[in-house]
Amino acid sequence: MGPLAVVSDALGLYCRLIAQSIRSQLQYRFSFVLMALGSFVTSVVEAIGVWALFERFGSLGQWTLPQVAFLYGLVNSAFPVAEALARGFDLFGKEFVKTGNFDRLLVRPRSTVLQLAGHEFTLHRIGRLLQGLAVLGWAIWMLDIDWNPARFALLIFTLVSGVVFFYALFIFQATISFWTTESLEMMNTLTYGGVETAQYPLAIYRRWFRRFFTFVVPLGCISYFPALAILGITDPLGSSLLWQVLAPLAGFLFFGLALFTWRVGIRHYTSTGS
Amino acid sequence: MTPYPSIVAVRFKMLLQYRAAAWAGFTTQLFWGFIKVMVFAAFFASTTAVQPMSFEQVLVYVWLGQALLALLPWNVDQELAEQIRSGGVAYELLRPLDLYGYWFARTLAFRAAPASLRMLPMLFVTLLVLPLVGLDDWALPLPPDWQSAVCFCLAVAGMLALSTAFTMIMHIALMWTISGEGFNRLMPGIVPVFAGLIIPLPLFPDWLQPFLYWQPFRGMADVPFRIYSGHIPVADVPLELLNQWLWFLVLVVFGYWLLNRARRQLVVQGG
Repeated sequence: MGPLAVVSDALGLYCRLIAQSIRSQLQYRFSFVLMALGSFVTSVVEAIGVWALFERFGSLGQWTLPQVAFLYGLVNSAFPVAEALARGFDLFGKEFVKTGNFDRLLVRPRSTVLQLAGHEFTLHRIGRLLQGLAVLGWAIWMLDIDWNPARFALLIFTLVSGVVFFYALFIFQATISFWTTESLEMMNTLTYGGVETAQYPLAIYRRWFRRFFTFVVPLGCISYFPALAILGITDPLGSSLLWQVLAPLAGFLFFGLALFTWRVGIRHYTSTGS
Repeated sequence: MTPYPSIVAVRFKMLLQYRAAAWAGFTTQLFWGFIKVMVFAAFFASTTAVQPMSFEQVLVYVWLGQALLALLPWNVDQELAEQIRSGGVAYELLRPLDLYGYWFARTLAFRAAPASLRMLPMLFVTLLVLPLVGLDDWALPLPPDWQSAVCFCLAVAGMLALSTAFTMIMHIALMWTISGEGFNRLMPGIVPVFAGLIIPLPLFPDWLQPFLYWQPFRGMADVPFRIYSGHIPVADVPLELLNQWLWFLVLVVFGYWLLNRARRQLVVQGG
């Protein structure tokens, strides 16, 4: 098989796994609706918190509510997609390493990444996604952005890189469990904590915190920096337009790094046995 | 001697074994606290108008919220949930105990144990370590006087009682399997807002304040935290404590009634 055939074969299998997962979740329709509703309510509540703070304080430095809502919408649209797609990696420590089930994946004639990626597509995250998209839509409607093809392309690029970035975090979380056996709950600070952080402009945080979320974990690169370029705001931190436009690439680099460490991790894997 | 205190003691000791989970929870909540503190600092910096709470009072609210998060009724005891799902609840009904009392004792330990494991390191770090590493403007302030400190401890007792009574309702709801699980899935969204953990209740718009006053969840966070910071003056504390315990009574009576209804329609699954 040529490389193209390999990729299309893998993609075909991936789509079949995902379709299978969706069908099985829709068997329990009432349960699915309730879970989606739960996911929706939990995220609406956070939005209410942001709104109430603006009601009380008027503004956040030079930032207005619709501008912050734009950041909020960006990250809350990207995260649930990654969370739904990367469920296999999210569960990896608990359901594959601790139980020894990973051995079964290793003997199958497919890559472990493909098998875990297709493990589950968590459909009820759609609750948070709908809420994120609604807030993003409201922000765009309020903000009177000077739309052109480049800005629109940057918005799509940012959203995709956001999904890829959060997906990479879940792969890192899974990789760590090769050493710790259990999923590390501390990674929640980067996933859920990352969402919380990125809902507000990076400029309001302290310098060490901003640096961490730009150069170590490039969260700012998939939200704050490109958002400045889309909204046409001058960065109080002084970043250039070129940096802001290219920043989302960091999400893809981060993903590449995650796949690389995953390979290193697999070599360190020792089965829990029995 | 009644068996209930020993049930609490046994479950409490058992749950204290989960130390790794407590450490993970602690670091997560410390990080979360930092984000919140920085966000509030930025909001306070962007206004000169007098706010219903000072930044120091918000700091108290944020750190106590992180320290006592596990005390809030946002999740259920998975062991108990599994018993209900698997039909093991039939054995529970055979015990010569009042089912509400027995489960209440278990639930009390379930709420108190993880919270006490996480509370101590959080108070230690936010009271003592933060000032030492140069983050004193982020540290947890002390209560303004000893009366507030004593009242705070009393209010935490009420907070635990209220929270346990509400967790009981969540447990009992599980006897209606799917709708119960749906109800419980909404709680992690609803409880934190009304308790004040998303943002302190006094910072919500003024027209919402009456609605936020007449509900049981504020006794689970807002009231004790504001007593600690002196935002609720010592003179008003008796009324607030009474309020907590009245809501406790309402939740217990409702839980009792709900449990009796659940028992009448109970179908034990499995053979």
